[in-house]
Amino acid sequence: MKDVAFVFVAPLRNRVVITAANPIAETQGIYSGMAAADAKAITTHLQVLDHIEGKEAKLLQQLGLWCIRYSPIVTVNLPNSLILDISGCTHLWGGERAYLKEIVNKLRTSGYNARAAIADTIGTAWAVAHYGKVTPIVENGMQAQALLNLPAKALRLEVPVLNKLQKLGFTTVKSFIQIPRSVLRRRFGEGLLLRLAQALGIEDEPITPLVLPVPYTERLPCLEPVRTDKAIEIAIQKLLESICTRLQSEGKGIRKATLKCYRIDGRIVQASISTNKGSHSVSHLFKLFGLQISKIEPALGIELFLLEAPKVEDIDPVQEKLWVGKPGLHDTVLAELLDKLAGKIGANAIHRYLPAEHYWPERSVKQAASLTEIPATKWRVGRPRPLRLLHRPEPVEVMALLPDYPPKVFTYKGKRHIIEKADGPERIEREWWLDKGMHRDYYMVEDSDGQRYWLFRSGHYDKSPEWYLHGFFA
Amino acid sequence: MANAKRELINRLQKDILQWEGYRPPTAAKKEMFGLGAIEAAFPNNIFPTGTVHELVCDNTEQATASTGFVSGLLAVLMQNGGACLWISLSGNVFPIALKAFGIEPDRMIFVHLRKDKDVLWVMEEALKCAGLSAVICELSEVDFKQSRRLQLAVEQSRVTGFILRNRSKKMSSTACAARWQIKSLPSEPIDGLPGVGFPRWNVELLRVRNGQPGNWTVEWCGGNFRLVERQVLAQELQNVG
Repeated sequence: MKDVAFVFVAPLRNRVVITAANPIAETQGIYSGMAAADAKAITTHLQVLDHIEGKEAKLLQQLGLWCIRYSPIVTVNLPNSLILDISGCTHLWGGERAYLKEIVNKLRTSGYNARAAIADTIGTAWAVAHYGKVTPIVENGMQAQALLNLPAKALRLEVPVLNKLQKLGFTTVKSFIQIPRSVLRRRFGEGLLLRLAQALGIEDEPITPLVLPVPYTERLPCLEPVRTDKAIEIAIQKLLESICTRLQSEGKGIRKATLKCYRIDGRIVQASISTNKGSHSVSHLFKLFGLQISKIEPALGIELFLLEAPKVEDIDPVQEKLWVGKPGLHDTVLAELLDKLAGKIGANAIHRYLPAEHYWPERSVKQAASLTEIPATKWRVGRPRPLRLLHRPEPVEVMALLPDYPPKVFTYKGKRHIIEKADGPERIEREWWLDKGMHRDYYMVEDSDGQRYWLFRSGHYDKSPEWYLHGFFA
Repeated sequence: MANAKRELINRLQKDILQWEGYRPPTAAKKEMFGLGAIEAAFPNNIFPTGTVHELVCDNTEQATASTGFVSGLLAVLMQNGGACLWISLSGNVFPIALKAFGIEPDRMIFVHLRKDKDVLWVMEEALKCAGLSAVICELSEVDFKQSRRLQLAVEQSRVTGFILRNRSKKMSSTACAARWQIKSLPSEPIDGLPGVGFPRWNVELLRVRNGQPGNWTVEWCGGNFRLVERQVLAQELQNVG
């Protein structure tokens, strides 16, 4: 069919009219809207095919799905275009030019007569793709220049507006773009201004992607805006039920989820939860959201609920059963408890520690990244360490009998402690590659009441040694 | 006749205990804390797990001594590989030191909070969670109503809870099974060598539900509790004197 002139025809008011013609047919003077009989009279060998209702939409949809390989956000713009949001995609094909070439070439080799353009706004890209003659790539912020020489219909205007423009002699965008907005509005209505603003990037043009980029998303539009906590609860319950059924069938569990509430005043309020372990249990996730409900401010009302699960992970249902009732860090009940606590008091209040390979006491433990992370090294037990370690060592006044002897008396918070027994010193060198300062000589001392402390002298014993209290032993 | 009466009273006492929600562990599940005479102070001669204990501390030194005593008990409770939640306001417990008490510090989850109210909320939620071996919380004030809530939570889950009351202003009564006070005692040199000996505490059981309050000297030596007899103590004192 590549070298043959062909047209699609459809009956219209007792006539058979051409709805679309291929480029070869067009060069022979055939255009859509012409009567099929006339076209046949002009050319020989014209293939006439029946137009099937909705066929082009279906075809475009399929093409759009195919285009997802180039960008996750693709949308169909009837009757004949596809819009791709290519932010951050082109570098994979080595720049915008190569990217564009690749798409157009692929489409052309599969037999489509495709044109493409890249611009900051949908409007400009559409205009250049359809009517542009110079370059298909419009540089950043150059929309106005790109549009100037294009015909007025490049702005995706309605037919009556177009006719009016033509009647008044405004054939190109250049001819009316300078006219004050109020005048344009009076003559041609809001539609023209909107399209112009959209093409120039003044007005936002939202698109609904063919396939949502977040794979686990549930929407719940409300018949009427809701305001009460109870209604929000019901919404969350419904959303969770549908998303959890889906997750369960795919063997996945939520790690992070966000509830977006679209309010009627145009703002979005969000509530997020995260779990320590993938979960598709409605009751557990509902509990986590339940702690957040008070933070959702419905204002005048919420008209749309959107539940997104940006982070999911595979969970093994068999394994879950295995762990139930077994105490330890793998316990599901424990993970659920920690999720709940994190929801109320914040995840940064919960700590778990692992041994770190440092002798310096403040650095000898590190935070565990996850609940199930196991220690890479063993816990050191050789040296006495206090059960309570002060976050910052506190200076104390100390008397020692002889230099380098353990202290005899020390005063802490105005109270004198007479030391009866002492162990030490244990010298801990500062890690000079991490910070500068003196080493510490630690002594474990016991006062006359049997209370035990961890004292250290900073640096060598000189004229005015500095002593600190760093911890308490049991 | 008198014997029969005593038996009846004993049985009634046991029944009442059960109705109060106090369920002692069965002999098969009995955990060996090695506390000897102290365990005898409790009903049925069993150290009560699955309930809430309260430890009174006047200062940081006592709080540390209490921490040591509790850690010794936790080592037994966590034997089965369970995890433990430590809720505190101070957040100065040093995990490495727990290893010396036979606890795997990485199985301990610490929660650092700022308000008593939050501590109580977390404590209650944690006590409801049967997946934990024990829950320890450090706070300053707890009243009867709040402690009752905690007690009700453990009756379902059988988790053991410990409350460390630091610098409590008024000593109100609570629904806890036992109230302890642990104070440091001067240690004894090991084999007459100079230096610091094993930690030694004066363990005082101030109040216990249906048991006998008492006062003991306990030493933590070599990973076990060791009760120091009064006579030995007197002997040692004499030696020192």
